[in-house]
Amino acid sequence: MTREGWIRLAVVVAAIAALEVACRTGMIHRTVLLAPSEMAVSLWHILAAGELNTDILTTLRNVLMSAAISAVLGFACGAIIHALPRVRGAIEPLLASYYAIPTFMFYPIFIVVFGVGSQAIIAIAVLLSIVAMITATLTGLDRIPPVLRKTAHVFRMSPAARALMIDLPAAAPYLFTGVKLTFAYSLIGVIASEFILSGAGIGYAIAYAYNNFNNQRMYGLMLLVIIVAIAANTALDAVDRRLQSRLRR
Amino acid sequence: MRRMSDFLILIVALLVVWQGLHAIAGDTTLTSPAATFVKLGQLMRTDQFWGNVAETGQAFAMALVISLVGGVSLGTLLGLNRTSGVVSEPILIALYSLPKVTLYPLVLLCFGLGISAKVAFGAMHGLIPVALFTMKAIMQLKPVYLRTAQALRLSPAQVATTIALPAVLPEVMAGARLGFSLSLLGVLIGEMFASKRGLGFMINSAMGLGDIATIMAVAVFLSIFAVTANALLLLIDRAIPR
Repeated sequence: MTREGWIRLAVVVAAIAALEVACRTGMIHRTVLLAPSEMAVSLWHILAAGELNTDILTTLRNVLMSAAISAVLGFACGAIIHALPRVRGAIEPLLASYYAIPTFMFYPIFIVVFGVGSQAIIAIAVLLSIVAMITATLTGLDRIPPVLRKTAHVFRMSPAARALMIDLPAAAPYLFTGVKLTFAYSLIGVIASEFILSGAGIGYAIAYAYNNFNNQRMYGLMLLVIIVAIAANTALDAVDRRLQSRLRR
Repeated sequence: MRRMSDFLILIVALLVVWQGLHAIAGDTTLTSPAATFVKLGQLMRTDQFWGNVAETGQAFAMALVISLVGGVSLGTLLGLNRTSGVVSEPILIALYSLPKVTLYPLVLLCFGLGISAKVAFGAMHGLIPVALFTMKAIMQLKPVYLRTAQALRLSPAQVATTIALPAVLPEVMAGARLGFSLSLLGVLIGEMFASKRGLGFMINSAMGLGDIATIMAVAVFLSIFAVTANALLLLIDRAIPR
């Protein structure tokens, strides 16, 4: 590990230790925040008892579904928009300000259309995450070096062969960044929707525990979400960095 | 000019798609564009609606100021030293991609049910991207600028205000645009989950009543506001000489 890596680890450990001390000595009251060690114990009990396993699996499945749909659909939309410059000129200002639109406002509509269930949640998560993939696809296809296109021309490749053997590998690092963002936004979308209105999932379980003053369970589940989000992001980020460094070669 | 007309065609196309969806789904599921704008017009004549707008606007303005001031100063502080920048970047990215909704109960327990919880939640969403963009920009600053500063024996405060900040303004603007959207989202989600006032609460209560027209009217109102504000920020961004 690098020197910065060790310092980073030390900073995170110190922050958690400080929180632990503040909670144990009563500086932060128990009704506000539990000590990190207590959260971990609570999470362990939740997982061992297994009563929330279906909720946890539902959430993870929805996140993966939404990320997969957004990645595939976003890539397709991006490729089509890239091929039509005039459409692109019209859509680009909208894409630039898309994240300013509070997508969650449309969640009630999806509930009416799909009912309270996984479909409405996946739909809102896809709506939130697809634009990241579209933008990444556009950037990726823009950044293909012209020399590669010329090489394809010299070899007289068919458009299909060129797309598969030249364009896709050349744009892959950018596409992967899109996939990474898609996952992060899907997680946010799914959990936020479950939180606001739903009958299942981790977000619902946290909101339910909050409404019942069940701090133990609430903080255990929060810890779970934090661990899952950080672990997934770190893993995807490591792959992303490796691909990005390939670009600089 | 052609771009402008293309954009107008896009808006018309979106309205046509909306009308088409309305024809398929029916009045109870999705109100038509015309009905939505009529409803919005009715709402805009009531005092209650403007009361909610003021409530949300106040919380949003405070969250935005905290995000921008806090984010820029945090980003500058961390970015000026290379080690602290490299150490904190992955931490900030991890915090950014965290589903912060899960932490909302914690915010409520700390700040209570009121405007301060909404402001804190909005700021939580907006501060990190602003800090991240500022920090990255400062770390990629041309070394010659800093060497000039050294040659002129500027104090760290002078370096920040006269060299670093002007040089990173474009990136800070990009961060500010993201911070703007996310603070608004944070405040609205906060209101949807636990509040008795504001546009988020209005949507949530309309959701309980199955009042689709109100939901759509408020959503359209917010979208128009957000896209217009974003377009203005983009214009300011382009007007900055560089």
